[in-house]
Amino acid sequence: MEKLISKYFVPGKTFWVDEYIAGGGYEAARSVFEKFDAKGLIDEVKKSNLRGLGGAGFPAGMKWSLVPQTTGKPVYLVVNGDEGEPGTFKDKYIFRHAPHLLLEGMMIAAYANNVHKAYIYIRGEYVDEYRTMARALDEAYAKGFLGKKIFGKDFDLEIVLHRGAGAYICGEETGLLESLEGKKGFPRLKPPFPAVVGLFGCPTVINNVETLSYLRFIVERGADWFAKLGSEKNGGLRLFSVSGHVKKPGVYELPLGIPLKEIIYDHAGGIRNDRKLKAVVPGGLSAAILRSDEIEVGMDFDQLRAKGTMAGSAGVMVFDETTCMVSALHVTMRFYAHESCGQCSPCREGTGWVHKILQRIVEGRGRIEDLNNLLDICSFMGGTTICALADGAAMPLRSYPEKFRAEFEDFIRSGKSIVTPKAKELVSHH
Amino acid sequence: MEPLTLNSQTQALFSAALQAKLDAKVAKYETRRASILEVLHLIMEEKGHIALEDEKNVAQYLSIPPIDVREVMTFYTLYYDKPKAKTRFNVCRTLACHLTGGDELLKYLEEKLGIHEGQMSKDGKCSLKTVECLGACEIAPMMQINDHEYAGNLTKEKIDELLKRVKCEA
Ligand SMILES: Cc1cc2nc3c(=O)[nH]c(=O)nc-3n(C[C@H](O)[C@H](O)[C@H](O)COP(=O)(O)O)c2cc1C
Ligand code: SF4
Ligand code: FES
Repeated sequence: MEKLISKYFVPGKTFWVDEYIAGGGYEAARSVFEKFDAKGLIDEVKKSNLRGLGGAGFPAGMKWSLVPQTTGKPVYLVVNGDEGEPGTFKDKYIFRHAPHLLLEGMMIAAYANNVHKAYIYIRGEYVDEYRTMARALDEAYAKGFLGKKIFGKDFDLEIVLHRGAGAYICGEETGLLESLEGKKGFPRLKPPFPAVVGLFGCPTVINNVETLSYLRFIVERGADWFAKLGSEKNGGLRLFSVSGHVKKPGVYELPLGIPLKEIIYDHAGGIRNDRKLKAVVPGGLSAAILRSDEIEVGMDFDQLRAKGTMAGSAGVMVFDETTCMVSALHVTMRFYAHESCGQCSPCREGTGWVHKILQRIVEGRGRIEDLNNLLDICSFMGGTTICALADGAAMPLRSYPEKFRAEFEDFIRSGKSIVTPKAKELVSHH
Repeated sequence: MEPLTLNSQTQALFSAALQAKLDAKVAKYETRRASILEVLHLIMEEKGHIALEDEKNVAQYLSIPPIDVREVMTFYTLYYDKPKAKTRFNVCRTLACHLTGGDELLKYLEEKLGIHEGQMSKDGKCSLKTVECLGACEIAPMMQINDHEYAGNLTKEKIDELLKRVKCEA
């Protein structure tokens, strides 16, 4: 199967500028000035069916066409490299191995959206990746690919690298903008959307690292070719981060729409110790869980939504038959309780209570009415808040007890896991 | 001693070398305030942590109220406001690491180091804390050492080796 981004993922290696150019790099960014006008380029990206690969799956070309170009204000491009969705680690590979692929994609997006200043927001824990990106940026400036009159054209582009400082919520695009303005990462009420009122009050394009990294290939080989690689309305390939109980965890670049079963068994090597599959989180921690009998599903934004879950960030976490679903949900909800920014009471209080109730259950002090209480809290958490973190928390919170009700009831009644007798001991003390 | 530069209020805020780094960074942003996360990172790189005095200096340097700097310091998890331990273990506790035995390894580390999660050893040699997913689930269970080095596919044996290397056993 053909690889696009991941052909750069050679262990231990970074493709620095000369090697990147030798492989045809920066030709797409250079050619775009002759091949397209800005609107033509946006139309091409629309036609490619490139989706936002950060999590929401919003069509990239469509997003760009919503950016007003006549406000008299500058338009900014912001790269979301906060990569905080648990189970997701693919942007790290792009930073590490193919920094110039991202920079080239940013140039293409800048041309399409008339952007002359862009920021890359990289999560603070990616220290080595930050250094790699910083060096690549210096290289690109030294070659005249960035700065004034890039490629000798009448087009300026400055790129600034910006480190986050440890906060999941800064991956939410408006939390990220607040953070980039030097504040706490409190998400903003929408509308207005960032496309219209974004960074420093100006129209702003925000895209994920991976979304932008596919642009070179779309320019090189055409939108129709790219669209055909994927499934209906879901163009191209994407990077699946596979972890948990598989034999070969890692990043796999595969077509959108590929059956989940193939990812697990054909690519990630199947289940460790040849155990049975129990469940899968298909799209990052915030996606609803799937049972082992639901893995025929095609992994694209629309098919997964139809199954009541989501493609999200393509973080696939695999659970074998020894997994205690109660502990797994406890760990999951502890994450949201910790990461809720606290602005909205349904989210702040809801994630807090849910974590406490689950804590009590895993300690063996659960009550049978706890289950319905969890589902009640869940029903007021989603849909009523400033950002989608609360909806993301509600997805596992609803789906785990729904799909594994008997296991939750048994745990509560007996005060311990029926799956792993040791689960109770293993749960850490907080 | 290094020469100190003066700012507009004729008060030395940072050493000349640090000041030059900060000035270069601030110049890239639309507003001075927008650079605060980077400014704090640079101060930490230089001094290890951000003391109260420096927090006030940052406020003055960026022309924002000290409370705004405090807010940023406390909202984000990567800034240290106290001297940090020589060797720091940040153990991931999120789902992929949980599934692959992370909880047990945390317990093991607590025993070996003789401290609990969230603590620093009395001699300041090492500290242990839990963190949420570090974007390295393919090497779960994992931890980050000294806020930068990723150590993954952890086992008890591997932890023993690591502890020998950094001389951290209790
Ligand atoms: C709580 C929360 C966390 C998010 N974290 C990330 C993240 O770490 N990286 C990312 O690219 N998008 C993240 N997103 C999605 C962004 O808000 C946004 O949709 C995305 O950056 C847009 O880029 P794309 O259209 O190219 O995907 C998050 C969303 C929410 C609600
Ligand atoms: S939903 Fe939660 S994380 Fe999002 S803004 Fe409200 S409190 Fe903050
Ligand atoms: S869950 Fe531990 S690194 Fe992702």
